[in-house]
Amino acid sequence: MSQSRAKPADNNSAHNELPRLRPIAAGALQERARQLRLDILDVISHAPMGHFSSSLSCAEILVTLYHHVLRLRKGDPGWEDRDRFLLGKGHVAVALWPLFAELEFFPQSWLQTFGQLGSRLTDHPDMHRAPGVDFSSGSLGHNLSVGLGMALAARRRGKDHRIYVLLGDGEIHEGQVWEAVMAAAHYKAGNLVAIVDANGSCADGPTQSVMGIEPLTDRFSSFGWHCIEVDGHDSGALMRAFAEAMQFAEQPVCVVARTLKGKGISFMEESPREWHLGALNGADLERARSEIREAKQ
Amino acid sequence: MSTMSDPFSFTAGAVESSYVGNLGEAFRRYGEQNDDVLLISPDLGAGPVTGAFVQQFPERFIDAGIAECNAMSMAAGMATYGYKVFVLQMGAFGALKCAEQIRADIAFTQVPVRILSAWSGLAMGFFGTTHHAVEDIAITRAIPGLTVLAPADDNAATAMLSASEQVRGPVFIRLTDANVNPVYDSPPEIILGRFGCVREGSDGTIIGTGLGAQLAAGAAALLAREGLSIRVLDAYSLKPLDEAAVVDAARETGAILTVEEHLVTGGLGSAVGEILARNGLGVQFSIHGIPDETLTVGMPEELYAHYGLTIEETAQRMRALLAGKR
Repeated sequence: MSQSRAKPADNNSAHNELPRLRPIAAGALQERARQLRLDILDVISHAPMGHFSSSLSCAEILVTLYHHVLRLRKGDPGWEDRDRFLLGKGHVAVALWPLFAELEFFPQSWLQTFGQLGSRLTDHPDMHRAPGVDFSSGSLGHNLSVGLGMALAARRRGKDHRIYVLLGDGEIHEGQVWEAVMAAAHYKAGNLVAIVDANGSCADGPTQSVMGIEPLTDRFSSFGWHCIEVDGHDSGALMRAFAEAMQFAEQPVCVVARTLKGKGISFMEESPREWHLGALNGADLERARSEIREAKQ
Repeated sequence: MSTMSDPFSFTAGAVESSYVGNLGEAFRRYGEQNDDVLLISPDLGAGPVTGAFVQQFPERFIDAGIAECNAMSMAAGMATYGYKVFVLQMGAFGALKCAEQIRADIAFTQVPVRILSAWSGLAMGFFGTTHHAVEDIAITRAIPGLTVLAPADDNAATAMLSASEQVRGPVFIRLTDANVNPVYDSPPEIILGRFGCVREGSDGTIIGTGLGAQLAAGAAALLAREGLSIRVLDAYSLKPLDEAAVVDAARETGAILTVEEHLVTGGLGSAVGEILARNGLGVQFSIHGIPDETLTVGMPEELYAHYGLTIEETAQRMRALLAGKR
């Protein structure tokens, strides 16, 4: 595919700026999450396989961040004063690509190249391939540390940037996550927000039976973080949680988002492990699409 | 009589270790001249390499606590804001424990992090097999996008700070603790991808890195008294390597001995062997290093003697190699 970068016209002007907590109705975010789920199915359909169920669990989280919370500039993914978002659970990059295309970080046509040899849009995000990726990921457990480094560096530069890191609930088995949790509280990183997509499922089974992580909020709280627990499929609740998170200048905040792996597609909700990674074709794909279209929000 | 020990005097009394003071002062000065230099370290910042910097710029030192992997990834994040982030790591727990953080967060991403890998090789040998750092060249030179430098002595180490300016991406600097036979009287010119020619010679070549360069220079001087003309190359640039210097040495001197405070597996010797094979150069060749086995424990100078990392043994290996050439 072409290696040329997206060059939207007039991409540096301030009128493309999307401010923090920009007004949008919770219902509109729910609708965008529905669209993102459909987009995820479409994007994966171009590739040999993709991560379904764990992408579906964080659709509302990502939509709320990219359409409401993060300060961004449309068409200008490298804008210096953007807020940063790091995808700790890197295997759901497929859920970022439609959002980035909509933000004009790259052309919509790139979406059809997902997962193909040489594509810029990979299964795990690569900051040197896809515009809009604030840091590469792929090895679980690294990105909260990277985000903490960014948070401290931003503060040192006198920048008001806020750094958001999405973690999987299985990812927090990684010891390095807790090194970063400890250090973030020690350094009073009030500009750092971790979101745990607590979808309750790992590759080997329910997260809690593979390696217990509960009580999640107590664990983060005991390390000195402010914790907010929400229904991760309730856009209104997520909006309130992220607004609350901005009130803590000297304390990192963890949003524990309780979610369902495979959310929106009944056969994936029933067998989240089997649909962690796979391919969806023919009648199954159509059934999945219609369930998402017809679901009540 | 009992004595209190400085927690960072790991090798005090073991080797004549004077270089660290100069490097510490050089690092402090480098920090003074570069406002964007930050230091992050897992509970090692107050030590001799960075203590002077930390004392002068406490606000530019981020102590990560004893959490090496977190330190490495945090450094990557900080570097995205344009800082020149130095990570001071203990050899054994930097390159080995954090190999994946170095690869994924620092090398793949090409952020300008400089890893000071101190107490490498056998410097911490008294403390146990866990503290030997003799696999790090093999690991780091296998990571794409990482520049690997290994100064031979104090003066070379101080030169590496400004030399790393030649590199936009990350740099791993393997510091030797040994001061057996310093190679340089003043900070040498460091050119990325080149070896330093310490001594010209035509009968054979010794290529050393770190302590190995000190031993190579000493052995060549010994052999000169026997009428042998030995070329000495200082392999301070391990990645990229100086392929031309190796090829020239093979063609012009016909025998190459490599010397390193590292396992014979995967280090300088392996790298030079790859060059010889790639270029079809069938010369006399031997790798002098630490055997690929569970290592013994002791003070560094005892370990150097035990494993033959001495000037005398290096000279003896070269004599044997040249005997095979004839």
